[in-house]
Amino acid sequence: MPEMLSLRINGATVRVANGTSVSAAMLIAGQPTRISVTGEPRGPVCGMGICFECRAIVNGMPHQRTCQLLCEEGMTVETNR
Amino acid sequence: MSPPSTTDVLVVGAGPAGIAAATAAAEHGRKVIVLDDNRKPGGQIWRDSSVIASPARSASGSRKQRAIDRLQRSGATLLSGHTVFSASASGQLETLRELATGSFAERFRFEQLILATGARERFLPFPGWTLPGVFGVGGLQALVRAGYSVAGKRIIVAGTGPLLLAVAAHLSHDGANVVAVIEQAALSSLIPFAASLWRQPSKLLQGAQYRASLSSASYRTAAWVAEAIPATDGRSLSAVRITDGKRTWTEPCDLLACGYHLVPNTELAELIGCTLQRGFVQVDEQQRTSVPNVFCAGEPTGIAGLEAALLQGEIAGRACAGVATASLRSRANKEQAFARGLARAFALRPELRQLPQPGTIVCRCEDVAFANLQHPSGWADIKLQTRCGMGPCQARVCGPAVEFLLGSKPSSVRQPLYPVPLHALTATTEHAPEPFKVEPESIHKVEETA
Ligand SMILES: Cc1cc2nc3c(=O)[nH]c(=O)nc-3n(C[C@H](O)[C@H](O)[C@H](O)COP(=O)(O)OP(=O)(O)OC[C@H]3O[C@@H](n4cnc5c(N)ncnc54)[C@H](O)[C@@H]3O)c2cc1C
Ligand code: FES
Repeated sequence: MPEMLSLRINGATVRVANGTSVSAAMLIAGQPTRISVTGEPRGPVCGMGICFECRAIVNGMPHQRTCQLLCEEGMTVETNR
Repeated sequence: MSPPSTTDVLVVGAGPAGIAAATAAAEHGRKVIVLDDNRKPGGQIWRDSSVIASPARSASGSRKQRAIDRLQRSGATLLSGHTVFSASASGQLETLRELATGSFAERFRFEQLILATGARERFLPFPGWTLPGVFGVGGLQALVRAGYSVAGKRIIVAGTGPLLLAVAAHLSHDGANVVAVIEQAALSSLIPFAASLWRQPSKLLQGAQYRASLSSASYRTAAWVAEAIPATDGRSLSAVRITDGKRTWTEPCDLLACGYHLVPNTELAELIGCTLQRGFVQVDEQQRTSVPNVFCAGEPTGIAGLEAALLQGEIAGRACAGVATASLRSRANKEQAFARGLARAFALRPELRQLPQPGTIVCRCEDVAFANLQHPSGWADIKLQTRCGMGPCQARVCGPAVEFLLGSKPSSVRQPLYPVPLHALTATTEHAPEPFKVEPESIHKVEETA
C-alpha cells in the first residue's frame, strides 16, 4: 500500500497517496482549481504545465500550477478566485 | 540572480530526444547540462506514475530505465524542475524554479544549445469544453499517473490521433469504463496509415494490443464531439453529444478526454530566431537550426514519435561533439516519413470549425468568446481588441485553436515564455537551493508507462 498523507482542500481534510499531485487531489475532492474571470469553475486540462487552468492557492500563494506540484502533509489548498 | 553556470552543451528538455542528445554529447567528451521543467526525466511518453507501479507496462519502462541509466553514466548533469523562460542566440539562457519556499531564477551559459522541447496537445473549442471533467487525452492520462483514480468512471475518449487508443487502453487498464473512442478521421484516411504500419511491425503490434485491451469500448471513426453537457450542478459533466455530420446522439459519461493530436513546442526556438517551416523548426541533416550552434531534435521538428525523437537526439548530440552521424540518418528519415503519414491520416476535418457557438469560450485564460474573434484581421488585432492569448498560457492553448478556426497564426513569441514572479528575478542565490545532480538512487525507481 502506498503511504498516505493529509492536506486541506477548501477547508476539508483529504487523504491521498504519497506522490499524488495537487491537481489530482483537487479532482479527488471534487473541487475546482480556479474560478475564471467570468465566474466559471475550472479544473486541470493538460496535466503538463501548459494550460494554466489548474492554478490554485497553495499554502497562501495564489496562481500555483497544481499539476506540477506534489501534495505534502499539512498543505492547505484553496480554489483560486 | 546568481552568476551563471557554464557548460559546453545545454539541452532543453529531458524527453527521449533530450536524453539521447545529452547522452551522445557527454559520451563523446562534451560537458553537458540538461534542463527540464518536470519533476522527473522522461518527457511525455516516458512519464512515470508518481503513485503506483504497474508491472504490466514494464517493457517500455525498462527501455526508459536503460536510457536514463546511460544518461547518468555519461556524466551529463540533469537539472529537473527548471522551466526555461528566456534565451538568446548569444549563449545565455534563464530558468525559473518554483519551490515550496518561493521562485528562483537561474542563468546558464553555453557554447551549443540543443532544443528538445517536445510537443503538447492541440485543443479545439466546442460548447461545454471548459467544464471541469473535460480533459485533454494525454492530459487525463498524466493526471491519472499523478494519482487521480478513474476506476469505475465512464469515460469517452475523443478527438484525433494515435494517442486516443493508447490512452483509452491505459485508462481501461486502470479500471475505467471506457464507453467509446471517437476518432474524427475517416476510416478511409486511416487505412493508408495502417498500411504504413506494416512496414513498422513494432508499431502495428502496439496498435493491436491497444485494440485487444479495449474490446468492450465502441470505436467510431468519422465522428466527433459536438458538445459537453453539464450536470444540473453546472460544475460537472453528465453527457456528451456526438455527431457524424448527419446523425447526432447523446452518450452519458462522467469524464471526457478530448484532444486533437499534437502541436510542436516551438516557442523557445522562435524566441532565439530559428527559422520555422510549415510550423516546425527547420533543421539540416545534423539537426542544426538556422541559428549557429543551436540544434533541435524530437517533436518540434515534426510529430514523429519515440523512435524519431531518440534518433534525432543522438544525431544532435553527436553533431555537437563533432562525431559522424551519417549512419543514423537513413533510419531518422524513415521515421520522418512515418510522421508525414501520421499528419495526413489525422488531418483535421473542416466540420470542426463549425463547433464553437458565438458564446463558446476560445481563450480560457481571459474568457474570450468565439463571437468576439470574428471581425479583427490577424493575431495582433485579436490580441489588442479581445485579450485573446494575453493570459498566462501565452496562447499555447488558444493559439493553435485560433489558427485552425480562423487561419491566423500567433505572430509574436515574447519573453518571458512563462510568467515569472518579480521576486524570482531579485532573489539572491544565498536563498536559492543549489542545483542538484540526480543521483542514481533517486532515479532508478522511475516506473514504466506508455
Ligand atoms: C500529453 C502527451 C502524451 C503523450 N503520450 C504518448 C504515449 O502515451 N505514447 C506515445 O507513443 N507517444 C506519446 N506522446 C507523443 C510524444 O510526444 C513522443 O512519443 C515523444 O515523447 C517525443 O519525445 P520528445 O523528446 O521529442 O518530446 P517530450 O517527450 O515531449 O519531451 C520534451 C520535454 O521538454 C520539456 N520542456 C519543454 N519546454 C520546456 C521549457 N521551456 N523549459 C524546460 N523544459 C521544457 C517538457 O516538459 C518535456 O519534458 C505524447 C505526447 C503528449 C504531448
Ligand atoms: S493542468 Fe494544464 S497547466 Fe496544469
